[in-house]
Amino acid sequence: MNGPHDLGGQHGFGPVAPEPNEPYFHGDWEKRALGVTLSCGAFGAWTIDESRHARENIPPATYLSASYYEIWIRALEALLERHDFVSAAELSTGRMLEKGAVPKRILTADMVPAVLAKGGPCDRPVATMPRFAAGVRVRTRNFNPATHTRLPRYARGKIGVVEAVQGSFVFPDDNAHGRGENPEWVYTVVFDGGEIWGEDAADGLTVSIDAWESYLEPV
Amino acid sequence: MSHDHDHDDHHHHHDNHFSPMEARVRALETILTQKGLIDPKAIDAIVETYETKIGPRNGARVVAKAWAEPDFAYWLKRDATAAIASLGYTGRQGEHMRAVFNDAETHNLVVCTLCSCYPWSVLGLPPVWYKAPAYRSRAVIDPRGVLAEFGVTLPEDKKIRVWDSTAELRYLVVPERPAGTDGLDQEALADLVTRDAMIGTGLALEPEGRA
Repeated sequence: MNGPHDLGGQHGFGPVAPEPNEPYFHGDWEKRALGVTLSCGAFGAWTIDESRHARENIPPATYLSASYYEIWIRALEALLERHDFVSAAELSTGRMLEKGAVPKRILTADMVPAVLAKGGPCDRPVATMPRFAAGVRVRTRNFNPATHTRLPRYARGKIGVVEAVQGSFVFPDDNAHGRGENPEWVYTVVFDGGEIWGEDAADGLTVSIDAWESYLEPV
Repeated sequence: MSHDHDHDDHHHHHDNHFSPMEARVRALETILTQKGLIDPKAIDAIVETYETKIGPRNGARVVAKAWAEPDFAYWLKRDATAAIASLGYTGRQGEHMRAVFNDAETHNLVVCTLCSCYPWSVLGLPPVWYKAPAYRSRAVIDPRGVLAEFGVTLPEDKKIRVWDSTAELRYLVVPERPAGTDGLDQEALADLVTRDAMIGTGLALEPEGRA
């Protein structure tokens, strides 16, 4: 979707302003936000792609003025409601009113080290050969789905070079919407700055994306 | 914009009264705990992991080893996931690693323009600026301007390669090894490798710059 999250190349957000000696958390609520988000992810009720799409669906004005942990929490509330773990009434009253759905798994403290050390690999085998080889020129598709995609707007309809075939991975455009993992080959595609930013491109700039095979067309 | 907003929330509200986000997260945790869906001790364990166990020191050790051992550098270039796992660094948001090496010709810079993808297993949790719109919007179009805000000025003829983490690969930048570090062991070398150097918004410290 052409949402507020797709930020590459936008102007007007000001300086980056790195914080010297930034602490890991700015307040206890960020710690709880991290832990609650990961604990609920462990339910196994949604995929990382669905959760990313929930974040993208936060209204633009809210998204752009929220810290990232706030974005996580707003999206998490939407996911919990969508999957019947928590109701809107519960979110507004701040307490349990009904039982709700039962998850496949509940993360307990003893499980944490193993769960974090394992992560969630999303490489999957595919039965086809890669359509593109390293070194060939490709064009990214120009599409504008209202659904989830990982092809950023600035890199649509652009010609680049396949630098590497990176393996085959779950296809987020489908997986975010419960249409299955449908894995595809993923390629690192590198673009000259001028191909993307035209006459304003910085000298000596190249930008790469990691693109699923169906984002690409032969040139 | 969001960066300033963060600071307003964090520094002005949290000490004396619940900010809206404190109240919101507390309510959510309460509901989920009442339902038996989360274990507050699991949250404590997650937080402790990222406060004390998984942080940029992991990545610094990977870089130092690559500087010191050509065989390891070669492995890291060829199969970063396995090479990094050999040091015990695995897991969430580090499942599929790639290492990209700065050299005399090219400086590498990593961003996630679409969300906040970051190599947690080697760098820990991302800083606020990495997840905020200013960095995500500008890294791909104005990397030199961004680097200047980190106090980094590259030679004019240095090429810049920006890696937008749009898929599940997570990138670790291996900065150039500073001159005058021949006699240092790997722990001393790791002291020179900052988090920002491994994102590409910094360079490795000079040896006399060690704290």
